[in-house]
Amino acid sequence: MEKQVAQHIEKPGHSYGKYIVVWLALLTLTAITAVVAGVNLGEVTIAVALIIASIKSYLVLTVFMHLNVESKPFKIFVLVALFFLIVSIVLLFSDFSNM
Amino acid sequence: MSTQEHTAAAHVHRDDIGSRMGMWLFLFTELVLFGGLFFMYSVYRYLHHQDFYIAARSMNVFIGTTNTVILLTSSLTIALSIVAMQNGKKILSLILQGTTVIFGLVFLVNKYFEWMAEIHHGNFPGSPELLSQPPGHILFFGLYYVMTGLHGLHVIIGMVIIMIMMRFTMKDVITPDQTVKLEAAGLYWHLVDIIWIFLFPLFYLIT
Repeated sequence: MEKQVAQHIEKPGHSYGKYIVVWLALLTLTAITAVVAGVNLGEVTIAVALIIASIKSYLVLTVFMHLNVESKPFKIFVLVALFFLIVSIVLLFSDFSNM
Repeated sequence: MSTQEHTAAAHVHRDDIGSRMGMWLFLFTELVLFGGLFFMYSVYRYLHHQDFYIAARSMNVFIGTTNTVILLTSSLTIALSIVAMQNGKKILSLILQGTTVIFGLVFLVNKYFEWMAEIHHGNFPGSPELLSQPPGHILFFGLYYVMTGLHGLHVIIGMVIIMIMMRFTMKDVITPDQTVKLEAAGLYWHLVDIIWIFLFPLFYLIT
């Protein structure tokens, strides 16, 4: 917050532009997901959908949720949380493939 | 402005970074809550691949896509409301916060019609029509109602929080110099958006 004190409209941190650009990117990615879902890609369809969803989440996290301007501990926290989420799902499916 | 400077000076114990970090830690607990449900979804889908594929055909892709666009746009308006407040545009910030709440409401109205259509088709937990279907169908609709329902509950909570933020803005608790409460409310709303970003392809686009 201290970096925002006494800033003015012309400072990049206070411009509306980047948010609108990200919003347009998110809408474009949504359109791509919907179109790709109509094309039969078999087993790849779900992978494509999840990759696009991950890109959208990355944009929301970095720009809308300001992770790109937050200090390092915030980024490390998020990475650690995502790491454990991935570890959990890998362990879950390694268990299932052995059943 | 003099009253705001006075207010800021009176707050000796002000730790905005700590406040935001606390909010992030809370969001991680939400990640665990929804993460568990996504794990359950992935296991059942793995076990009943064909059933999920057929059950998802009854999903209304148009409403799902519309709701995705609505929620993404509401994320934009809440993000812009913070920028507007930091730029000293109180009225614009209030309008943007109000717009976010309205988008949330439109999302829920769409969800209501969608659920009603499914219930009308007999696709609700415990219905004789659904119980006569293969187990994968029952699991798909069970997960659909639990996950979109829990998500809808988060939309309602988010709307209430943003309405409280509107009150704070009107009362000058949130000022251009003190936006951390609004930022925390924004973080919550964006998390709800991210969860929907994953729910949408997993329930609507797997046919």
